[in-house]
Amino acid sequence: MNLTTRRWMPHTIAVVGLLVLLYPLAWLLGTSLKPADEVVTSLDLWPSHLEWSNYTTALDGVSGVPVTRLLWNSLLIAGGAVVGNVVSCSLAAYAFARLRFRMRKVMFAFMVATLMLPHHVVLIPQYIIFNRLGMVDTYWPLILPKFLATEAFFVFLIVQFMRNLPRELEESARIDGCGAFRTYWSITLPLSRPSLITTAIFTFIWTWNDFFTQLIYLFAPEKFTITLALRSFVDQSSISAYGPMFAMSVISVLPIVLFFFVFQRYLVQGMATSGLKG
Amino acid sequence: MSTVSTRAPAPDRPSPPEPPATRRRRREQQWPAYVFLTPWMLGAAVLTLVPMAVSLYLSFTDYNLFDPPHWVGLRNYTEMLTEDPRFWRSVGTTLLYVVIAVPLKLGLALGAAMLLRNLGRGRAFYRSAFYAPSLLGASMSIALVWRALFNDGGTVSEVLGSIGINTGSWVGDPDLAVYVVVLLTVWQFGAPMVIFLAGLQQISPELYEAAALDGAGRWRQFVSVTVPMLSPVVFFNLVLEMIQSFQVFTPAFAVSGGEGGPADSTMFYTLYLYERGFTASHMGYAAAMAWLLLIAIGVITLILFRTSRSWVFYADEEGR
Repeated sequence: MNLTTRRWMPHTIAVVGLLVLLYPLAWLLGTSLKPADEVVTSLDLWPSHLEWSNYTTALDGVSGVPVTRLLWNSLLIAGGAVVGNVVSCSLAAYAFARLRFRMRKVMFAFMVATLMLPHHVVLIPQYIIFNRLGMVDTYWPLILPKFLATEAFFVFLIVQFMRNLPRELEESARIDGCGAFRTYWSITLPLSRPSLITTAIFTFIWTWNDFFTQLIYLFAPEKFTITLALRSFVDQSSISAYGPMFAMSVISVLPIVLFFFVFQRYLVQGMATSGLKG
Repeated sequence: MSTVSTRAPAPDRPSPPEPPATRRRRREQQWPAYVFLTPWMLGAAVLTLVPMAVSLYLSFTDYNLFDPPHWVGLRNYTEMLTEDPRFWRSVGTTLLYVVIAVPLKLGLALGAAMLLRNLGRGRAFYRSAFYAPSLLGASMSIALVWRALFNDGGTVSEVLGSIGINTGSWVGDPDLAVYVVVLLTVWQFGAPMVIFLAGLQQISPELYEAAALDGAGRWRQFVSVTVPMLSPVVFFNLVLEMIQSFQVFTPAFAVSGGEGGPADSTMFYTLYLYERGFTASHMGYAAAMAWLLLIAIGVITLILFRTSRSWVFYADEEGR
């Protein structure tokens, strides 16, 4: 290999890799705009003419529930989850990172252990509890657990971040007579903002993408999220409805794509640093 | 797609014995901590600890959600292990998937991270672009795209057919359907790649310089510097991906239309658990499956931790 090849080789591999990687996304966008007769017959990525009616069909939604309503439902759940996780996980994280109390080590070890717990072990009893409370087919089972800091990953993420904050500010606040709550609210929380933003973004995306929990708890079509609706759309339609189905798919991933472009710095750095900081 | 620290959290510094006055103050200071922890403690008790115990109990019962649970002893477990071929089929499918998808995904992630490290300009762009599938891959939309791509007349069979390899529909072929899910998982190599890249950038350039001075070529540098220095990150990614892979659900559901077909070839463990528990209303059976999953994940994690002593290298433990 001469020097020029060695210089260009990595770039070439990266470009080729990128094209392969992005092909399914391009295919999704292309198919969402294809006329019905081109979906199966043509392998061209891009349609011969743009069939916008796929989108108008998709906007009608599923079982008489329009897409705007489905999006709103998804947004409601994801928004509730974000608020719940940020509030409850930062509260618990502050106690673990900064306060001393009996059983601290035991509780912390338990919290870390639940990181590895498969959700299925608690699934059925949780379902029984929410069923008894009359909360099945409501959004409570999807939102309430987030207010109880059940996602240990985020507690852990914020603990790691808070531990790396300088203690001086908090100590001087305490000398000035601030209690634990004032210190948390006006010193630690503002300083922890990057970790809170990471928590919020990941919570939003994961809740938006979630399928399993919604599948178990939601039944009435007007309460469906965009993900659930997409799935029943598939059940109802044949291959000829590919266009509208993938138009709906595009609509459903749009918020994630948007989040990605706006917050990619936080996403990539949050992923990188949370994996390494000790 | 979660991340956890590669190292155990910093242990508490041993504190010297405190004078009684301080100790009293500490005790008085404890109550704010419990206020901060109230939501978490409630969640840990009501939504984790109690449900774990209850599901253990239910695993020894016959329960359909409406009638009171009926104690059957070990029957769920014996039925599962000795009389249920579908259970074993789901175990086989899931193991096949984990054993193929996890190494492929991590290998690709490491390769891409090494590539990006040497890229110089454009690295940040490619890092973001390669990472994007990790955010989208868990969605129903993308799972449906994969189903279409690998279906009859989809891009994959058409392209393979044009070079003389006739596979037909992967989704409809019991031998191939599981690989559709494998490839969807591998497509999301960006998340571990980002972690690998951060790990690579923490390796001191001096180590490479010293190795080069000693006459080590590129391959030798990779084996003797990169691999040992990166091994904690590899280990961390391995444990994480393994735990997640055992719980794969959405793509299996989407690829098979929720049925686990064809011929149960995409009946992943969690999909079968869902079918037993929520479709067939055998909650006791499903609870037993969940506990077996927990035990399996626990045992495999333990084995990985045990073997890690011989291949994971922690620089800060050197000479201890």
